This record gives sequence, structure tokens and C-alpha cells, in this order.
Amino acid sequence: MSHILFPMTENTASSSLVAVASLITLLLVWQLSALAFSSPLLPAPLIVMKVLVEQLQSGALLSNLGITLARLTVSFFLAMILGTTIGILLGRNKQLDSFFDSWLIIFLNIPALVTIILCYVWFGLDEFAAILAVVINKLPNVVVTLREGTRAIDKTLLEMAQIYRFGRIRTLSHVIWPQLYPFLIAAARTGLALIWKIVLVVELLGRSDGMGYQLHVFFQLFDVASILAYTIAFIAVIQVIEWGILKPLDRHAQRWRR
Amino acid sequence: MTEISVRIDQKIYPATGKAGEQFVIRNLEFSLTCGEFCCLVGPSGCGKTTLLHILAGLDNNYDGQITPTRQDSTEPSIGYVFQEPRLLPWRTVRENIEIALRPDQSTDYIDELLDAMNLTKAEHVYPERLSLGMSRRAALARAFAIQPDLLLMDEPFVSLDAPTARRVRELLVDIWHQQQPTVLFVTHDLREAIELADRLLFLSAAPSSLVTSITVDIPRDKRSDDNAIELFRQHLLSQFSEVKGLL
Repeated sequence: MSHILFPMTENTASSSLVAVASLITLLLVWQLSALAFSSPLLPAPLIVMKVLVEQLQSGALLSNLGITLARLTVSFFLAMILGTTIGILLGRNKQLDSFFDSWLIIFLNIPALVTIILCYVWFGLDEFAAILAVVINKLPNVVVTLREGTRAIDKTLLEMAQIYRFGRIRTLSHVIWPQLYPFLIAAARTGLALIWKIVLVVELLGRSDGMGYQLHVFFQLFDVASILAYTIAFIAVIQVIEWGILKPLDRHAQRWRR
Repeated sequence: MTEISVRIDQKIYPATGKAGEQFVIRNLEFSLTCGEFCCLVGPSGCGKTTLLHILAGLDNNYDGQITPTRQDSTEPSIGYVFQEPRLLPWRTVRENIEIALRPDQSTDYIDELLDAMNLTKAEHVYPERLSLGMSRRAALARAFAIQPDLLLMDEPFVSLDAPTARRVRELLVDIWHQQQPTVLFVTHDLREAIELADRLLFLSAAPSSLVTSITVDIPRDKRSDDNAIELFRQHLLSQFSEVKGLL
């Protein structure tokens, strides 16, 4: 957790150079292996790129990507809102916490696949069950993170706020929120990494559209080039969210640190 | 203008772990008149901070009664300088002070205070980048800025270098003259206490109670005279043998 909460100052010129070099090496290894095996089961990077462009032009990739992202967004926000509320409640109330602690441990340890199967069995192969399965998988992580965040709130600052009569709203926005914010961002970042993997499995098992479903189709056709093309597109989108939204939010939260 | 009468029959910290119940305060009674400057002196661990917490309303778990009353019978505003600065790390020095102001208070006074505290250059700096001494001065500025009815100060000048401490002491006395808050000031330093206070309250070791209350009759314009302070101190120590053991 600590590396998420307190990331090292990065982005020096040399470190981005290393990142580029490492990516090029990966592509090179891929290209060389493709040449060595020379099989449709391991297509070369250029072939995958070609498929990617074709899929983009046909619109199939974008529509599937859109559907998956929609599911991801809905379940992400549901899990964050619910998890934050429960986490804060447990962090503030010792009795509630000791009662529900074992529930949390159980939920943290249920394999994602089990939740997904049970949701589909109990609620049917529909959108509700799909979203619910993702939310249940992510929820315990958010709860645990926010519970820790709530416990870590500095009581001496709350006393100060009480003396200087901050009132509820100022205390919440200037004293409590800044302390919870890093935990919220940490939960969001680990949550995103978790959720986008689970969403695909959910789609594979019980939906007839989205990235997961499409990957399943490609699997049955042994169409590895399309599988890789979809993977690249998905990784790209997730990285855009991570670097375009979550990282800047994280940096904003840490701006006052030395 | 705020008058305070304090009666604490007992204050106990409940047993935790291997430590048994702790009697911190027992039968402590005193009062502060409007605009009085009192220094609280007592051995370390005698419950001075606990007493300030109770006065500030942070700790209601005691037997006794505190009645702070303002002449217009509204709740008195309190400025509290804690032992640690307790600044919000995610707000700059200026923001930390502004945030404590009541809505009707103007921010103009802040500039004056920052200047007096030698913090003008640091007003937009986040507390983590300040030295402890600077953070302490920022916390003092916050307490002064709200122009409180009651000013509680818990060893506020520790870790300030001697010239700064002297300057801030003078500032405190100026502000006290102008605004007439009732001040309760905790210190270990008897000379500091004599220099500042109208009255010294000596507390015993825990469970603490009032040992004696001594009025400092040195005129205010003689307080900067080190000899006068020292003379008073010598006199006090020889006159009140019970005080000696508390220092």
C-alpha cells in the first residue's frame, strides 16, 4: 500500500528513457519469437497492429470496448460509493467493525470466479447479475482501505478544529477529507486494476457482448491475432485512465508533501 | 470579557493495559477574573495539559464544574496554542490561519500578525517545509488572529530561540493589553511566568491540586527588567518553601 500512497517522485528524463527502451525490447523479443515459431498462434507485432486497425475501422472493437467500459464504470462507482460508506462506518464504530470483520475476511477470500458463477446462478444471466458480481468482488478491498483511512485520521487535528469552531462542513472538507483522499485514490487505483480483469471474466461467462465475450469467440476460433489486438486496445484505455485521471488526482493529493 | 471558575473534584484516567487507574487531578479549585493573565506552574506530568483540555471542552469526562461566562453570556471563543503546532499539513500558513477565523472576522489582521511573527515570507508555504519554531509561530498567529475571549497556551514558546521567544512574549503582552482576553499560560519557566503573569498558580504533582496562588506585583513597565524578575523569583523561592519542590 505504501508505494501507492506515497509514490516516489518520478518522470525524470532518464526514467522515461528506460521505459521506452524496455518497451522496445519487449516488442523485439515478441518479433523474434514470432519469427522463430512462425505460426499463426504467435503472430508478429505488425500483423496484430494490422488486425487492430481493421477492428477499429469495422467498429466492432469500439462497440465492444464501449460496452465493457460502461460496465466497468458503473460497477467501479457503485463499489467505490458503497465501499467508502461502509469503510468509514466500520472505521468509526469499533463494535460494528469487530462484528463485520470476519465477513470482510470471508468476502476478501472468495475467488472471483465463485462470486460470478453464484451471481449468474441466483440472479440469472443478465446485466444486473454481471454488475453485482463485479461490485461484490471489488467491495471488500475498498472497505478495508477506507476503514484504515478512517482509523488513521489524526484526532489532534479534529480537536483543533473543535476548538476553533470549524463546524461540520469545514471540518469535513478541510480536516477529514484531505486525510481520506489518499486512501480513496489508493482504493480507486487498485480497484481499477482489479475490476477490469474481473469484468472480462464476467462477460465471458454470461454476456453476449463486450470485450470478454468477443475474446471468448476469438478463443474458439483460435484467432490469436485478434485476441492480442483487443488486449492492446484494452491496456491502452486503462493506461489512459490511470495516467490521465488517477495519477494526476494522486499527485494533487500529495502536493503539500515535501 | 470572560471570567472562569474552575472546580474539578477529580479527574481519573481509566486503567489501560498494565497501568492502573491514574488520578490526575483532585480537588482543584481556582478562578480567573476577566482579562486576567495567569501562569500555571507545576511539575511535569501533573495534569496541566489535561486541565487545559478540560477548560477547552475537549475532555468532559471529569467530576466537577467549569463555568466560563462572558458578560453577554454567549459562549466564549477560545484560542488554544497546543504543545504541538497542530497545523493542517495540506493548507499553507496563511490558509491555516484564515480557516480558523469566524466568518465575520476580517483577514487584514493576519498580515500584521504574520509580520510580527516574522512569517510574511513563509505565508504560502506548507507546514511540512517549516521548521518547528516557524510552525509554532504560525500556531501562535492562528490563536491570536481569532481574537479570543479565552487564550489557553500550553508551553507555547518551547523550541523558539531566545530572541524570538522574547519578541513573541512582548507581542503576546501587547495583544493581551489590546484585546483583554483571559489568559491561562502553562510553563515550566518561572522567570517567564513572572515576566508575563498577573498571578501564578502553582500545582502539586499528580493528583494535582492548587498549592498556592501568588500575585506578581511588579509593575508592567518593569517587567522587561531582568533584575526585577530575578529579585522576585528569589523572594518567591525563599518565602514559599512549598514552591521550591515543584520546579
